[in-house]
Amino acid sequence: MNSDSLGYIFINALLINNFVLAYFLGICPFLGVSAKLSTAWRMGAAVSFVMLVSSAAAYGIYQLLLAIDATYLKLVAYVVVIAACVQLVEMFVKKTSPALFQALGIFLPLITTNCAILGLALFQTSRDYNFWQSLVFALGAGGGFTLALVIMAGLRHELRLAQIPNLVEGTALTLMLAGILSMSFMGFAGLGG
Amino acid sequence: MNDQPDFDMNLFLKGLWRENPVFVQLLGMCPLLAVSNTVINALAMGLATSFVLVMSAALISLLRNRIPKEVRIATFILIIASFVTCAELLLQAISLETHRALGPFVSLIVVNCIILGQAESFASKNGLLRSVADALGRGAGFTFAIFCMGGLREVIGSGSFMGQALFGAQYQPWVILILPGGGFFALGLLLLIYNRISPVSRSPQRGCHLLQELPDKKFGAGKVKT
Repeated sequence: MNSDSLGYIFINALLINNFVLAYFLGICPFLGVSAKLSTAWRMGAAVSFVMLVSSAAAYGIYQLLLAIDATYLKLVAYVVVIAACVQLVEMFVKKTSPALFQALGIFLPLITTNCAILGLALFQTSRDYNFWQSLVFALGAGGGFTLALVIMAGLRHELRLAQIPNLVEGTALTLMLAGILSMSFMGFAGLGG
Repeated sequence: MNDQPDFDMNLFLKGLWRENPVFVQLLGMCPLLAVSNTVINALAMGLATSFVLVMSAALISLLRNRIPKEVRIATFILIIASFVTCAELLLQAISLETHRALGPFVSLIVVNCIILGQAESFASKNGLLRSVADALGRGAGFTFAIFCMGGLREVIGSGSFMGQALFGAQYQPWVILILPGGGFFALGLLLLIYNRISPVSRSPQRGCHLLQELPDKKFGAGKVKT
């Protein structure tokens, strides 16, 4: 059992150890979907949503694996659970809110292979979080992912009018920006104590 | 499956440099950035990834005629996850210290898009030898890239190579390079160098978030060559 307070877990996942900028999870969507602010918001929302659902599911499945003493199946089980969650969420959203599906739709299938989601499940297991701690951790991680994506999209938007040498244009420049952003997030290190 | 050996070599070289999964296709960025702060970690990660890549490519190419098209992605992921579990246990047996240093990133090889991408675009359509040659090439390409990252970050960031101090005591290490931010800088720098040596055409088909769109676009018409 982990004794961290819920507030600390949230702030820690949101700012101090931001999933994208400190743990390097979910770099692909971070580089790929951060070109426009509106898509960045939607991608962030979709990821946060799936994180929340799959975090709860992963907690449940791990308890089950513990009960039958088969923790070596953890990885395989998580992968299947996350893929199933994404499918379920997609079907559910499609049925209940077509407008939300329109907004999130394209991004949902992409999330299956997003390492931030699997990373979240693995971290919450290795840190022994209980159910509520896992949920808060998922919320913080999702918020942190969205934050990083939106800030990045804003920065890239500003760069569109700047004059950039040909060689640097594209991913290399995005990575440099991400480096600066990551450095500035290190400033939050003192927050949690 | 009657491959000429020189053709295999070509496939290998393609993965290693011309279509390097990291520098050209921009795949597998997460482990590349996360565990490249020392050379040892980087090498262990590269080798573990290559192991999973080659083993799953071999199995998938052997089973390619038996896997139903509709559930192939799920099957690939299961096969990959099994080999990742093997790799994790192996690494734990060989060096517990490295296993601890890599943390959950060994498990996260499952979602490394290099492997799923190779399974989807190559191993599921080609014979055993060709698939293995291709997987070896891509594995070597990834290992090469992560080794460059690890070397750059450890030599400049902590003034040592594989734990051996390189410079005298008066050397002030650039600590930023072994911190998370430095990972982004180092990768940006390497991409620039690669682009300078062999310019990459800016094709839209890059990054692993695009991989997932493949099934619908390319295979929607049911044109899978098995």
